[in-house]
Amino acid sequence: MDIRKIKKLIELVEESGINELEISEGEESVRISRGVQTTVAAPVVQAAPPAPAPVAPVSSAPAKEAAPEITGHIVRSPMVGTFYASASPEAPAFTEVGQHVNAGDTLCIIEAMKMMNQIEADKSGVIKEILAHNEDAIEFDQPLFIIE
Amino acid sequence: MLDKVVIANRGEIALRILRACKELGIKTVAVYSTADKNLKHVLLADETICIGKAPAPDSYLNIPTIITAAEITNAVAIHPGYGFLAENADFAEQVEKSGFAFIGPKAESIRLMGDKVSAINAMKAAGVPCVPGSDGPLNDDEAVNKAHAKRIGYPVIIKAAGGGGGRGMRVVRTEEELIESIQLTKREAGTIFKNDMVYMEKFLENPRHIEIQIIADGQGAAIHLGERDCSMQRRHQKVVEEAPAPGITPEMRAKIGERCCNACIEINYRGAGTFEFLYEKGEFYFIEMNTRIQVEHPVSEMITGVDLIKEQLRIAAGQPLSYTQEDIKISGHSIECRINAEDPRTFIPSPGKITRFHPPGGLGVRWDSHIYADYSVPPNYDSMIGKLITWGDNRDVAIARMRNALSELVIDGIKTNITLHQDILNDHGFVNGGANIHYLEKKLADFE
Repeated sequence: MDIRKIKKLIELVEESGINELEISEGEESVRISRGVQTTVAAPVVQAAPPAPAPVAPVSSAPAKEAAPEITGHIVRSPMVGTFYASASPEAPAFTEVGQHVNAGDTLCIIEAMKMMNQIEADKSGVIKEILAHNEDAIEFDQPLFIIE
Repeated sequence: MLDKVVIANRGEIALRILRACKELGIKTVAVYSTADKNLKHVLLADETICIGKAPAPDSYLNIPTIITAAEITNAVAIHPGYGFLAENADFAEQVEKSGFAFIGPKAESIRLMGDKVSAINAMKAAGVPCVPGSDGPLNDDEAVNKAHAKRIGYPVIIKAAGGGGGRGMRVVRTEEELIESIQLTKREAGTIFKNDMVYMEKFLENPRHIEIQIIADGQGAAIHLGERDCSMQRRHQKVVEEAPAPGITPEMRAKIGERCCNACIEINYRGAGTFEFLYEKGEFYFIEMNTRIQVEHPVSEMITGVDLIKEQLRIAAGQPLSYTQEDIKISGHSIECRINAEDPRTFIPSPGKITRFHPPGGLGVRWDSHIYADYSVPPNYDSMIGKLITWGDNRDVAIARMRNALSELVIDGIKTNITLHQDILNDHGFVNGGANIHYLEKKLADFE
């Protein structure tokens, strides 16, 4: 079952207002439930303004504004994918601002091609800022966290 | 029409694809490496995703990352351009399995034509003339191999089945050298292409390289856009291309073109493709098929008025061909010069910052390039930084316009091969037309 089908199913659940949907296709099945949380939004992708003149490149994910003033250690994404702040929609976020983390602690998940990749802190310290939001589209090298 | 396309390439072809997408109202996603933040098409694209570090395996050859970029941007199709993953059948397959359209042929067509032995067999079955050869891979039987070569007639050439584009080949002129040459070529092929299968062909001494541009919609229709002459080569890399090929008559064009179109229908080909031939003494000999859009596609566009990239996009969107064969008229003559960031004599690459840039212009002059003043050419990719194309009512006018355009083109701060092109365009052998594939290298050797 490819990810685009699953996305369409999610949209169906949202639009119809039903609480839970389970679909089986041969040996594969998927269950989608509406949690208590806010609606599942499609990955936030910022389009560049339609200005014809070549300007500085606008990336597809929000985080550029933080760049000039960043002090502290930046944790950057090693891959392209979708950012998840927690292990599942109901679970609490892996980390929050002000929390102390040790090197090796999982900070977030970047999902790509249906695989969940845990992104670990490469340094111990306190989370000063979280630069990505749940379900953001993330590009290579994009700043995700600042650790002090 | 397609809603959104990921452009999985860089440089001038990425810009070319972006332009075609914009004309068709298709949203564009530029994927780029960390070295390519300031590529012109990246600055113009609707959305951009950095996909990895500069080395191609980390970025432009990284299949999962490119497909993921398509997923997170909700694109519907991926255009591979040329080079990189354009003829990677696994990539085409994974793209389609992931629910995206691959703007090109099906994976099985790429596989069929990527293996040079199976390609030749398929072409033979379809009635396309081929070079006399071993008709299959060579085994280690020395007697059989010697018999092949005797039947074909020396000189012969040993070629790697997994090679192509001039790599993995060895010429053999006498029977004494044959067995060792086969062994060496097999070993090289095993190392470079991970496939040690080799085959034998007649070696043509002074052929020209003439190729036929086709486009097929995968729905039963295929047309050709005439031929290109790409004989001006150095180390199997094309330097100057032109269309039509001097000396080819409309009858010859129609005959070979029809054979190629029939072959496309036979193999269920979809998209743009090129059949490459060696041409000697009035005969065409098939050597390989390129299952992608090619660098030199603009010269065919100039003489036919067809926008090949837009046609690729339409075909990927499921539309039938926009033209019948009767609609295609060859008009005038077009020449293309590949402008490279390299020393014009030593050919050593010359990356770096372009400090001053001025493109040529005027009637019949086309400049396909991503460079601009203050752009830095990165060292990580091939050295081609632009294509200068001219068109004229006839070959003399196309040549005159190219000479003018080359003299107007200014690229300072790095070395380029502009002066080499000026030499070629003033060379009597080129101006006469019909030079063979060894001509340029012989001429360059004379300079030293």
